[in-house]
Order: sequence, then C-alpha cells, then structure tokens
Amino acid sequence: MKLAHRMYAGPAHIGTLRVASSFRNVHAIMHAPLGDDHFNVMRSMSERERDFTPVTASVVDRHVLARGSRDKVVSNISRKDEEQRPDLIVLTPTCTSSILQEDLQNFVDRASLYSESDVILADVNHYRVNELQASDKTLEQIVRHYLDRAREEGSSNQSLTDAPSANIIGISTPGFHNQHDCRELKRLLRESGVSINQIIPEGEFLRNLKDLPRAWFNTVPYREMGLMAATFLEKEYGMPHLSTTPIGISNTADFIVQIEKLLNLWAPVLLRKKLNYDLYVENQTKFVSQAAWFSKSIDCQNLAGKEAAVSGDATHAASITKILVGEMGIRVSCSGTYCKHDAERFNEQVRGLCDEVIITEDHTEVGDTIARIEPSVIFGTQMERHIGKRIDIPCGVISSPVHIQNFPLGYRPFLGYEGTNQISDLIYNSFNLGMEDHSLDVFGGHDTKGISTKSLSTDKKNIDWAPEAESEPKRIPGFVRGKIKRNTEIFAKQNNISEITVDVTYAAKERSSP
Amino acid sequence: MKTPETPAFECETGNYHTFCPISCVAWLYQKIEDSFSLVVGTKTCGYFLQNALGVMIFAEPRYAMAELEEGDISAQSNDQKELEKICLQIRDDRNPSVIIWIGTCTTEIIKMDLEGIAPKLERQIGIPIVVARANGLDYAFTQGEDTVLAAMAHRCPEYKWCETNSKRQDQSGRIRVNTTSNNKITSQKSELTGSNLVLFGSLPSSVASQLNSELKRQSILISGWLPSQKYDELPGLGGDVYVCGVNPFLSRTATTLMRRRKCQLIGAPFPIGPDGTRAWIEKICSVFNIKPDGLEEKENRIWKNIEDYIRVVTGKSVFFMGDNLLEISLARFLIRCGMIVYEIGIPYMDRRYQAAELLLLQHTCIKMKTPVPRIVEKPDNYGQVQRMHELKPHLAITGMAHANPLEARNIDTKWSVEFTFAQIHGSGNARDILELVTRPLRCKGGLTSGSRSLSKQTTII
Repeated sequence: MKLAHRMYAGPAHIGTLRVASSFRNVHAIMHAPLGDDHFNVMRSMSERERDFTPVTASVVDRHVLARGSRDKVVSNISRKDEEQRPDLIVLTPTCTSSILQEDLQNFVDRASLYSESDVILADVNHYRVNELQASDKTLEQIVRHYLDRAREEGSSNQSLTDAPSANIIGISTPGFHNQHDCRELKRLLRESGVSINQIIPEGEFLRNLKDLPRAWFNTVPYREMGLMAATFLEKEYGMPHLSTTPIGISNTADFIVQIEKLLNLWAPVLLRKKLNYDLYVENQTKFVSQAAWFSKSIDCQNLAGKEAAVSGDATHAASITKILVGEMGIRVSCSGTYCKHDAERFNEQVRGLCDEVIITEDHTEVGDTIARIEPSVIFGTQMERHIGKRIDIPCGVISSPVHIQNFPLGYRPFLGYEGTNQISDLIYNSFNLGMEDHSLDVFGGHDTKGISTKSLSTDKKNIDWAPEAESEPKRIPGFVRGKIKRNTEIFAKQNNISEITVDVTYAAKERSSP
Repeated sequence: MKTPETPAFECETGNYHTFCPISCVAWLYQKIEDSFSLVVGTKTCGYFLQNALGVMIFAEPRYAMAELEEGDISAQSNDQKELEKICLQIRDDRNPSVIIWIGTCTTEIIKMDLEGIAPKLERQIGIPIVVARANGLDYAFTQGEDTVLAAMAHRCPEYKWCETNSKRQDQSGRIRVNTTSNNKITSQKSELTGSNLVLFGSLPSSVASQLNSELKRQSILISGWLPSQKYDELPGLGGDVYVCGVNPFLSRTATTLMRRRKCQLIGAPFPIGPDGTRAWIEKICSVFNIKPDGLEEKENRIWKNIEDYIRVVTGKSVFFMGDNLLEISLARFLIRCGMIVYEIGIPYMDRRYQAAELLLLQHTCIKMKTPVPRIVEKPDNYGQVQRMHELKPHLAITGMAHANPLEARNIDTKWSVEFTFAQIHGSGNARDILELVTRPLRCKGGLTSGSRSLSKQTTII
C-alpha cells in the first residue's frame, strides 16, 4: 500500500481502451464495476469527440461477485455484436477482474462461436503494467492477431510497394498532440518521397492490417506506444523500424538520414537510383523551420545559461532536453521521466546533457526536486504546471498527462520542422513570461493597479452591513461578488432598509431580476 | 390526454454511465473542514479521481489514495500495518479531526476488514476513523455521500446527553451552524420551536444557512446538520429527534437514523425548486404543529421572478438519462415550469424514502395536465439513445460521456453533474436551476440555423 495523491500514467485498461477506440469499428467491453467507464468522459471531453466512444462495460456488481459473471459477459458481447456489428470486440480486464480471476478467455472463446465480430481478450495485467505499457502490448496483440490470421488464410501480402512507403505506428487517442504530429509526420515522409502505407491504430480498419508488411519500413514516433508492434514486424516480416523521434532540428535531421539509409537498401534495386536528402534537410532547416535562426538571434542569446527543469514521458522529456541544451544553449539542471520501464534508454539519451536525472512515478519527488533547484522555467506535464503555479515558476507543457487545453484546435505539432517552430515559441514564451513577471515585481507591479478597484456604489455610506451579512458575500465566488453586493444594496435602498442583515441578502437574491 | 394514476416504473439492464461513488470525497472533504478522506483502492480509482475532479486535485486536497499493490491483493502484506503507516503519515502531515476511509470495489472483493481494523487503529493513533463502503459494485455517484453520512450517523452524540450536560456547547454549536442567527432575532423570537430537528445532507454552507433561515421564518430552529462543518460539531441524535433529508439520494442515511439512532424521519419532498421548497417546509411545519406563514405568497413571488426563464422552457421537452438520483425532484420542478418530461432515468429508486417526492410529482403532472413520465431504474444508455432518436427531445440531461456525441447529433444537452455541484436547494436558488437548464437552449438562439448545421454529424447511428 502506498499513499498517493496523483499519478502520471493511468491504469492498464486505459492503454487498451486507447488502442481499441483508435482503430475504426472496434468496440471494447470492460469487465468492470459501475463508474469505471470514465475513459468515455475523458475522450468525449478532452478530444471533443463527436462520436460515442466505442467502450461499454459488462458491469460487475454484487451478483457477479457472488455467482461469477456466468453468461453476462458472453451476452454483452453478443449484444454489442448485433447492435453495432464491430469488426472486433476487445474484452478488457480491469483491476477488479484481475482479482476476481474469472476465466475471461473462456468467455471470449464462447462468445466468438456465436458472434460475427472477432473477439479477443486484451492480454494485460493491471498490477504489472501501466497505461503506456498496456497500450504498447495491446497494439502488438491486435497486429499479431490479424497478421497471423492472414498468414493462415494465405491472404497476407508481403510484396513491397513499388514506391517507397512507410507505416506510422503509435498514433492514438487521446495522445499528446498526436493528431497534429501525425499530419506533420505524413508531410515529412511525403516530402522525402515516402508514401504512407498505413497509420495504426488511429483511424485504420483491421481488415487492412494484412497489408502492413508491404511498407518498406516502420516509424515509431513515440517510444511509449508501438515499439512492441514494430519489433514483432521486424522479427516476423523483416521490416526495419525507425524509433528516432523527429522532435527538434537535430533529431529531425537524424530521422531523415536514417530514412535515407533504409531506403537506399532497396532503392538501387527497385528505383534504380540512390537517394540523397542532404539538400532537403538543409533547405528545411534554413527556410521552413525558424528554430535554427531563432537560436542565433538576440532573443535566444538572452536565454543562454538560464536554468530549466524537464519532466515528462520518455520521448518528450528526452527530446526537449536535447533541444534546450543542444539547440538553445539553456542549462538543464534536472531532466526526468515517469516511464520507469524505459529508464535505461532515457539515461542514455540525456547523459551529459543535464546535472541530474530523476526517474520516478512519484510527483512529490519531482515537485521537491524542482522546488530545491528553483529553475527559471519548467517543461513538464500538467502536474508540473501546477507545481510551477505554487512556487511561481512558469511552465510549458510538453507531455501527457494532459488536460483539455492540450488539445488545441489550431495546428500545433511537436514533430518535424513545423514542430520546431511550435517548440521554439513554447520555450521562448515560457521564459519571457517569467521575466516579465519578475520585472513587474521589481518595479512594483502594473501601474494600473490602483484603478482596478471599482467602487461598489456611490452613496455606500447610507447603508450598513451587519457583520454576519458582511461575511455572506465572501462565500460567493470573487468574480460575481461585486455584482451581488451591488444588487443587495440597490435592493436595500429600494425597500428603505438601513442595515443589511443576512436575511436581507437572501431576500435580495430571491427578488433580484435579471 | 390520458393521465395514469401512478408513475410507471421500469427497470433496465443497468448499462449506464455514471460517476463512481468515491467521487463524494470531492465535496465532502470541502464540507467537513477538519476531515481527511482516504480512498483505499487501486490505480483505477486514483486515475478516476484525478481526472474527474480536474482542477481541485491540485489545490492540496485533504484526500488521498491508499493505493493497493500486488502484495496487498495476495495478502503478502498486513493490511492493518500498511494502513497504520499511512494514517500515521496523514496524522503527522495534516492532523485531521477525523479520517474517513472509503472502501472500494477491491477492498470488497478481497474482503479487507476495514470495519474491523478501524477501531483498533483509532485507539492506536488517537483519531476517529469512519468507514464508508462507497464502491461501484453497489452504488452510483451521489450514493457515495449516502454511505459516508450513514457511517457518520453512528458517531453523532446522544441527544439527551447534549441537552443536559453540554447545553452551552450545544448552544454555541448552534450559532456556528446557524450563521444567520443574528443575536437580535434570537432574543426577539425566544419562542422558537423545533430545536430537536436535524437536517441531513451535505450542502454548501451558504445554501445550508439559506434553508436554516427559511425554517426560522416559520419559527423552527434546527438543532444541527449531518454533516456539520466540523467533525466535533456533529448534532445530537436520539429518540426525540426529528430528522429530515434535503437530498433524494440519502436513503441509507435515513434508514440508519431511523433504525439505529431511533430518530423520527419526516418524509417530505426535497427543497429543490420553489414548489419543492414550499412542500418541504409545509411538511416540517405540519410535524411541529405550526401553521406555515406566508409560504404561498412567497412561492408565487419566486415563480413571478423566474418568469423570463419559464418563457424559455415552457413547452420544451426534456429527457433525463439518469446518473445522480436528483432526477425525480428536478423533473418535478421542470414539469411545474411547463416542460414535458419524456423519461426519467435514475440509477436507483427508493420508493419509500422518495414517497412524498413521487406524490408531488404526480400532483404536479395532474396540475400541469401532462402525463406522468416513465421512470426507468438502472437504465440502459444504448436503448436510451435509440429512444432519444425517436423522441427528439429539446434537451437531454446527461453525463459527459454522451454530451458531445448527442450535441453532434443535434440534441441539446446539459451535463447532469453540474446539478450536483451547483446550488439548487431552497427557493432562492430556483433561478440557478433554470440558469443551468436553459443554458443550452439559450445558446442555440445565438447561432443562426445555417451555422448550426455545420456541426451536425453526418453518419447515422
């Protein structure tokens, strides 16, 4: 047992649901008690999703506890099969089903006898893996399931596409800026002459998965989801994969160099030429991305040597650390991630770039470290943003866990050349605001402060507030307090009341007209 | 139009979306200022709280998770030792007057004996520990508060003892609870009666004192609230005490107060809307043999005051998907406002505890000449969405999982959760309810029909 207030990565089933609801026409049925379907709220609210989230629960209640689920799960699967005809139903275990130890695989086997849809049981253990590991695992499981079947049926197609092509693995709902990143990554690949074979899981039909091996290579933009699937494809189908994340100028350049290498394995044979992207990289770096020029400009010189703390998932924290140190000359005092399962690789990535590496799932440890270091700026998750608020340090959000404001309507990729522009803005604005605040402190704040206290009414002296009544408006949220006080006084005047008591405030509220 | 005599009850599959009852810590820790809530559960519970309570979680809340790990599930670690460690840490960091343990699905399934461990630890660490089993196996959303208050009811002092031994303390407690009891008024109206009335249900303190003052106007001074602002101000309970609920989801608490504390329950409609508030006060007055004074006049005044909102809602239809048990009272109020209610979904319907409310609903329907809506217990959300496609209500009152998808299908929605957190009790807050209900309807007026169709979903479900 441990005392916990907040967590970075969610429980395992969230990862499974993210993958399932990202694919097209896949339905997830959770074996869970009432109220565990909060994923639907998150998806519907954060992503402002227009469709019903394809997740329902086979509710575990007292009866299930006493007698087992019996036919409940099976009939829920069949029912969903008839109602919505999904291509696949993923039975999703939760913490509750982990301890009930019902034979869910048996339910799946029975249900698949009757249902038109395919049915599988997500192979994740609540107590062993977190959201990110589970999403990785579930994606691999689904890919493996459909490729194995295609191979059995002899319908798998392993011939390489004529033109160079790639799969993008690991774009999902509700991932941090995933939709924008995906668009940018597609552009990056297309401009390198690589067409997109498939993007999984987001928006892909399962029946298309059999064509996955036709791509020349796979790219896995985020280390948190997709590496297992890519490794599987590499092992079984000999598909190479790129796990470099094209965040920042040097990473993006590195990414393109690796594409060049991979393509040149086949290009001389299939295209009868060798590809070279040096010019492309140079042009993009100079003209599309402003980040290289920005780091030369006077603005960025002002930032040199300033201290920052970085925290987030392994992909984003490592990339941002690299950008801050390598591209902008900012000192990173501490860089950390909550992806404990990927600690080794993270250490390797940020080695030599920061004074301190902190790998923990405990947000208080992160908070304490930041408070001790007192950096000028934090780049972290929503948690760090709130830590920053408490100790008055500005924070740029660079990674999940996310909040609705991390699903901007405008185009905000982190990846690729446009991503470098967005990140430069984010970094610069975070610092700038901090500086501005600081100078305001030094010079005694905005000189408009005196004017902002509006008087409530002109002849306030005629009306007295009884002490208890005086405290009454204090219970009202600040932004409407003035209005309510004013209305009460107007009401008192109209009714010739000289002293405002608590009862008067209520009477005023009851009678106040719009 | 045929008006059936009694409401028709139906019961569906229980496949509906609602909040987990552990969400009650969100408002209870704010209400009981010196408490600390400890949710004994898994990462799933923690993740839910963190996401559902959004901003609040970052404001140094007085609640936390005791997160169960694999060792706890397989009984490799000793529950009592583990809980002791955590509770000592809480004592040292926060020094609360009471720790509320919230049992979850997991503690139910592994049969962790929270009720057995609590008294032992209580003696050991010197802080009262109240155990409430607010789990998703048994309860929905607001019923979480019910389990906590039912557990809390056992901790209230004996009423007689209060009267004889600590009259002074009781008096001071009363004034603190009754922030409205202006000294002048108390001395003038020395003949105030009904001081053995305890109200139960957690309300924001300003709403609680509004209700206090409404009763005081009828010369009824209440002797306390369950829960109180502070743990050590819990009201005295006993055979001479009358109790009355302010929320429709408190049936366990009502049962506990009657059976275990021998209190006398006043079964009244709930003080939601001016009609409900009036009926609530009238019922309480009738118990104390008081002739209510000026209630009708006051109710009429309120109705007149909300005329502008009523013009917006009259004739509009509404569909309650059901997730927080406030549905019957809200539907009754909205019918009185002239709305047509197609369906009242509700997680759980206690027909005895809500009897007076159901009766008022029936009378309201007769008065407004509308059929009594069907009441669907344990609704099935999928079926409800299908019904909504046929009925095309003007407004769906629904959880956040369905709100955006329904909006995309051109059905205006109001998030039901807001009714739980907004101030909706007492006659003064009738405007606030209608403010919530009319918001989506007023929003629609602002947009031209052309731009509206842009947001319409094209796929048919």
